[in-house]
Amino acid sequence: MNGMLDGLTALDLTDEKGCLCGSILATLGIRIIKVEKPGGSPERNIGPFSSNGPIRESLFWLAYNADKLGITLSIETPEGRRLFKKLVEKADFVIESFAPGYLDGLNLGYESLSKINPRIIVTSITHFGQTGPYRDFKGSDIVDQALGGYLFLTGDPDRPPLRVSQPQAFLHGALEATVATLIANSHRELTGVGQHVDVSIQESLVKLTDNTIPCWDLNGEILPRAGRQRVGRVARTSVTQLWRCKDGYLDFLLGGGPTYVKSNAALAAWLEKVGTDEFIKHLDWDKLDMARISQDTLQHLERCIGEAFASHTKAEIFGEALKSGIELLPAWTVAEIAQNDQLKSRQFFSEVEYSDNPRLKLRWPGTFIKSSECQLNNGHHAPSVGEHNRQVYGELLGLTERTLRSLSAKEVI
Amino acid sequence: MTSLPLQGIRVVDFTWLIAGPLATKYLADYGAEVIRIESMRQVDRMRVAAPYKDKTPGINRSGFFNFFNANKYGLRLNLKNPAGLNLAKRLITTADIVIDNFRSGVMTKLGLGYESLKQVKPDIIAASLSPFGATGPYSHLAATGHQIAAGAGFVSLTGWPDRDTVPPYGPLPDFIAARYAASALLAAVSYRRKTGKGQFLDLSQFEASLTFLSPLLLDSALNHHVLTPRGNRAPNACPHGVYRCKGDDSWCAIAVSDDAEWNSFGRAIGSPGWTKKREFGTLSGRKQHEDEIDKLVEIWTTGLTAVAVMKRLQAAGVAAGAVKNQKEILEDPQLSHRHAFWRLNHPEIGPFSFLGGSFHLEKTPARPRMPAPCLGEHTEYVCREILHMSDDEFLSLMNQEVFD
Repeated sequence: MNGMLDGLTALDLTDEKGCLCGSILATLGIRIIKVEKPGGSPERNIGPFSSNGPIRESLFWLAYNADKLGITLSIETPEGRRLFKKLVEKADFVIESFAPGYLDGLNLGYESLSKINPRIIVTSITHFGQTGPYRDFKGSDIVDQALGGYLFLTGDPDRPPLRVSQPQAFLHGALEATVATLIANSHRELTGVGQHVDVSIQESLVKLTDNTIPCWDLNGEILPRAGRQRVGRVARTSVTQLWRCKDGYLDFLLGGGPTYVKSNAALAAWLEKVGTDEFIKHLDWDKLDMARISQDTLQHLERCIGEAFASHTKAEIFGEALKSGIELLPAWTVAEIAQNDQLKSRQFFSEVEYSDNPRLKLRWPGTFIKSSECQLNNGHHAPSVGEHNRQVYGELLGLTERTLRSLSAKEVI
Repeated sequence: MTSLPLQGIRVVDFTWLIAGPLATKYLADYGAEVIRIESMRQVDRMRVAAPYKDKTPGINRSGFFNFFNANKYGLRLNLKNPAGLNLAKRLITTADIVIDNFRSGVMTKLGLGYESLKQVKPDIIAASLSPFGATGPYSHLAATGHQIAAGAGFVSLTGWPDRDTVPPYGPLPDFIAARYAASALLAAVSYRRKTGKGQFLDLSQFEASLTFLSPLLLDSALNHHVLTPRGNRAPNACPHGVYRCKGDDSWCAIAVSDDAEWNSFGRAIGSPGWTKKREFGTLSGRKQHEDEIDKLVEIWTTGLTAVAVMKRLQAAGVAAGAVKNQKEILEDPQLSHRHAFWRLNHPEIGPFSFLGGSFHLEKTPARPRMPAPCLGEHTEYVCREILHMSDDEFLSLMNQEVFD
């Protein structure tokens, strides 16, 4: 089986702001050459880490740099820049996440590179974009989320806005960059010409604000953060979104109209089975309208539902939902996800003995999509520092072993 | 200027909610002809979701729907009517991509599963963005984005250490799945240009979301370690968090990642004595006194507006960002510079800020060509211009209630 994008090559100079992009393109078949400075990329210091084996590995590095070839190169040296330009001649993409203007300053910006190779697509991922009033601002996961509008929306009303404890912003930016790069690729397939692709992490986060910007735009309302409630669905009040169960939480949102009929019928049947107020039996579920529901009805309904959820476990409730079609999902933890039946059935995880570090036995997650026709790379190996110097410099540039030793001594590679 | 990147690509779009529509929006914004198939019998949940223009409900008045659906055509079609289904198939014979984000089984039941589509157009590229994927014991389940956020572990990772978890706002998995889908579709188009072959793409929103937690999945399996929510703190930075500023519900995020940045921070806020304390000079020292430092930082920030805090710290090379609310996002100078929103006139709700092109392709920028479609707005256009239908045939189909 072939990969969808076999035959293309990308030079990946990203750090944590963009490494997911090359990882996705590698899955789709592109040969990704990760270019690290001599000594290795700072991503190798990002936790969590493996604690077994002779070498401490960054699990972040492994997760987002698998299926890439790894070379070292110092583009800060004149010799390094010369080598980089030679690599660009043979490449189809350059993906980078340096500060705006950094590559231009080294004469390695899009203008220079496109003169060497008019087909080259250069994708630049930055916190805020290549130009504009925030161009030189310092970013970070929490700062980008703040300026992207998303941070404002999560958390309890009586505490500061809250972020997900696992950093997300750069992954959204890198994923956006993947779409952008492939759109530019399509344009090149039609015209033979490359271009510069400018991706802003801040801008990529704006859409996560969901319906809240239109709330301001149309009706002048700022939707506040509401903890475990959801605002903006029902006039004048909020509805519960995250409900307590006996052993954790689940996500369930009341809804009306034809698309909720099946779920509501299943919920009503379950409530009656486990024992609830008469009110539930007499409620006309099919006429439920969240835009018009009265406060009393909503409160009564939520109380009945809340009591039923609170007296059952996640597994009991989800078991029922699986059979009868109540639209809800437990808030599973990462540990529970590892044992998930659906993932087992789809053979999502594979047990891997890590080639570089034999005592490292990893449970490797699967790919983001399945294809009926094409191979999707999921090779479970991220390069060690300079692992493919010989292969890449040898094959692509014809450099000899002696030349490589000399370059290494000069710290060019 | 050269033609748009996705010129000549036609998408028959059965999607609803956000994951599917956002995927097709990327395609539409860059030149693909995206035709949404809709019906009054099962209206897209987004069309009947707040906010409505003037708080008056209406299937074309939802800001939620309009925000994500600019640049698309709308065909009204009753797929449960055999003549309607045939018309859909006829449209598909002229198309490159078919996409849906129903739970697994829905398209097959309608007669539009991949096997049926291949009969109609052998090289069709079909993508299904279902909650749990096309196979497996959960594949029949319906689940919205924020539910998948719960199932995929995001909820378990959000909260204050001394309190219950809270859900991160909104359907995060939708935004993740949409971009993976768009990427895969673009790659599939390239593959077909080379080989002439289509394919079926099976995307599980649950699995796609897990890629954002890969390091934690590896950690859990290897070290039996589970990350518990840590508020706004970060292991390798201090101060790191969200600090109250002057004004109502006004905050600034600050992230000081190393000692050099800490020194800059101290100078930026006027070098008060506490910033020069020896024990605060290293990261580990600061982490040991994090509660105290957070309080001291907030004493400073509460005296200034969020934007003033941000500007003062950024000028000194310290990462800081005002926590922008929705009004402030629409007015943000950097996002305006990026044309992050398109202000267009919608036939029913008038001027409205639609989500824009999301990134910049320098030679072939995204252009706002049209607002989001009213339901069925382009039914005649699609029938006459694309399917070359005669007036007689169109009327006949109308009488058969195909366009319901």
